[in-house]
Amino acid sequence: MNRLLLIIALLSATPAFADSTMPPAYWANRQLPDARQEAQAVSLMEELRCLVCQGQSIADSDAELAGDMRDLVRRRIATGERPAAVRAWLVERYGNWVSYRPPSAPVAWPLWLAPIVLLGAGVLLARSRLKRRNAQ
Amino acid sequence: MSRLLRFLPLALLALVIVGLVWRLANPSDTAVRSQMVGKPAPSFTATPALPGREGLTSAALADGTPKLVNFFASWCVPCIAEAPVLMELKRRGVTIEGIAVRDRPEDIAVFLQQHGDPFARIGADPQSKAQFAFGSAGVPESFVIDGRGIVRLQHVGPIAAGDIPTILVALEAAR
Repeated sequence: MNRLLLIIALLSATPAFADSTMPPAYWANRQLPDARQEAQAVSLMEELRCLVCQGQSIADSDAELAGDMRDLVRRRIATGERPAAVRAWLVERYGNWVSYRPPSAPVAWPLWLAPIVLLGAGVLLARSRLKRRNAQ
Repeated sequence: MSRLLRFLPLALLALVIVGLVWRLANPSDTAVRSQMVGKPAPSFTATPALPGREGLTSAALADGTPKLVNFFASWCVPCIAEAPVLMELKRRGVTIEGIAVRDRPEDIAVFLQQHGDPFARIGADPQSKAQFAFGSAGVPESFVIDGRGIVRLQHVGPIAAGDIPTILVALEAAR
């Protein structure tokens, strides 16, 4: 009985999210007719951060604002705008934070260099270990 | 040396735990800061959100008087808490322009009737386009725009009664 009540309560509960009652934007969950443009839009959407659920990309997020941003990306790509220009437009408003692709600015150099440095350190470590073993 | 080294993992673990506890005690600020502060307000056109009311365009924001642009919605619960504070700001002579995000005219009319109507103009933003243009990430959110149309301040979340002085000072400075 209690379990039934719980199930009914869970089914009737609305998500804690405050969402509007409006339908999703036209291009939020619709593919562009041009396959090449759609591919461009999708690869950009996978690299844009959702403003609501901040760990997700707008391609993955169910938030309304993410749907509206997908609509914005598809509309702009459909008019022939380059994905880099759309990304720049958003970065201008929200900062680099909104893009998952790190910029090539000096501030991101440690990030790009880290794999090389770590690989180098690993090689050095392995070499000294192997040398020691051979000496035994 | 190897004796001290033996305790290194333990020390690292302690460091990680201290870091986690510190983060739990001081949660990070998840508010999204707009990069438009200090720049001219973005160009946008919002059609009237209600029949018989004026819509909002970026051109109307640079008419010489500082303004408060308020993103709100009838479905937004914190906006109800903010409504009386906006009425108080209006009473003190602040020009407040509204942008209704993802909303219907009939719902907006009911909301304004119930919670007061502090807005000079109300533009509709059915696909959050104006919201994106401002670098805003939710409702309610407010921007102080100076007389030349330059964004001076972003306020994320509802304006509480205690925030009134900050907003008034920013509007005064924007004159």
